[in-house]
Amino acid sequence: MPETFFGWVAFLLDQYGTVLIKGAVVTLLLAIVGTFIGCLIGLVVGIIQTIPLDENDGQVKKSVVKALQWLLDAYVEIFRGTPMIVQAMVVYYGAMSVFNIDMSPMFAGFLVVSINTGAYMAETVRGGIESVDIGQKEAAVAIGMDHFQTMRCVILPQALRNVMPQLGNNLIINIKDTSVLNVISVTELYFASKSAAGVYYKYFEIFFITCVIYFIMTFTASRLLRWVESKMDGPKDYQLVEYDPMMDPCGHVPLPTKKQKGRY
Amino acid sequence: MENRELLVSVRDLKKSFGEREILKGISFDVYRGDVVCIIGPSGSGKSTLIRCINHLEQPSGGEILYRGQSLKDAFKKLTLFRTKVGMVFQSFNLFNNMTVLENCTVGQIKVLGKNKEAAKATAIKYLKHVGMDSYVNAKPHQLSGGQKQRVAIARALALEPEVLLMDEPTSALDPEMVGEVLHVMRELAQEGLTMVIVTHEMAFARDVSSRVIFIDQGVVAEDAPPDELFNKPQNQRTKDFLKRFQN
Repeated sequence: MPETFFGWVAFLLDQYGTVLIKGAVVTLLLAIVGTFIGCLIGLVVGIIQTIPLDENDGQVKKSVVKALQWLLDAYVEIFRGTPMIVQAMVVYYGAMSVFNIDMSPMFAGFLVVSINTGAYMAETVRGGIESVDIGQKEAAVAIGMDHFQTMRCVILPQALRNVMPQLGNNLIINIKDTSVLNVISVTELYFASKSAAGVYYKYFEIFFITCVIYFIMTFTASRLLRWVESKMDGPKDYQLVEYDPMMDPCGHVPLPTKKQKGRY
Repeated sequence: MENRELLVSVRDLKKSFGEREILKGISFDVYRGDVVCIIGPSGSGKSTLIRCINHLEQPSGGEILYRGQSLKDAFKKLTLFRTKVGMVFQSFNLFNNMTVLENCTVGQIKVLGKNKEAAKATAIKYLKHVGMDSYVNAKPHQLSGGQKQRVAIARALALEPEVLLMDEPTSALDPEMVGEVLHVMRELAQEGLTMVIVTHEMAFARDVSSRVIFIDQGVVAEDAPPDELFNKPQNQRTKDFLKRFQN
């Protein structure tokens, strides 16, 4: 048996490395899929909640939209207002005892993470849409776009860029918070660590390793999203087109950067 | 005067925000080739008036006619009317997520249903007109105020509207950039484009417009050719207002 702390770490890594990695993969899978589906839910909910109503709209449209918005409001408040660990218990055991649905812990995990993230993202998307300058919408309306076109071409691309930092936040939170799914015995990283630690009663050593794995995952996610954001922003400079663009059958090919540098 | 083509008529237009009545019944006609400048003190309802013409603000009373017909009769959808009246804003409002070229093509493609190549050709034609054709690849935040406003004019023209509405197009610009935008507007006027312009540029209104409408406290106080309105104003309020510009 190893004598030192790092001796134990090396020994446990050798013994339980695969188990921990498998747990980490499950954690990542839950976090990424959950965040992705959550974002889709949030997008739809956020869009519905920002549908404008004015006096010209018919009574039917008004009441349908209002009812829908009330329902979605309730969804957001309930899932934002209760802990995910409790939601996991309620969904997993509730489905079994009330609806007689025996879902796998993994499926329950995906479900809980998705709808939980959806509730947060709905508010984020709503904020993103509302943060886009009203002038953008007016300009779109003034050139004849309808509500859907305005959203799709002008507002959402800008709103989504604004919510990217929050999306990163949610992904990182989900990588960490899927650990609560151990209560419904999803074999994610925390569950795997706890099992491994119990064998030799080496909690500190195992959870030291677990800590490092979690940090590697969150740090990578954070940097990756920064990179995506910078890609979304596009190039910082632009090239003047100093020839007649209509003459070029291939459309606009930016002139080589080097030639143009120093002009601005 | 009579054989000229009537494009847009404003009939007894009223607009209230809550209890506050901003426009108290405004009427005038815009014929093809007219350059109508709307002047008046701040808060008199000039911007509200021009925003009501393309229904960016819903009028509370009265109506807008297109070639003598109500908008409901003339168009299946309000959005189609909006392509006939272009709008240029005080704060430019270029689409921040698009390049200069995309700003000028998106309306043609999405609203008029043109194909990309045709839209691009039209966009470049009008960008050339305002001297911004070499900036097709730039994003709005990379441009100066004057450049943005010129692109915004090209964006509106790219839909080939019959009337161009301009809401204080030079008010948000640095003094040195006002000239380049006024120059473009002057050219458009000389080419016979029909325009309705809310402005504080009295020299521009005097030189370029075919008619000047002075609005005060929500009503048309005076509606006359620039010569008459600036040199022999009839209304006392017009006289007081103009005095402040004549030093």
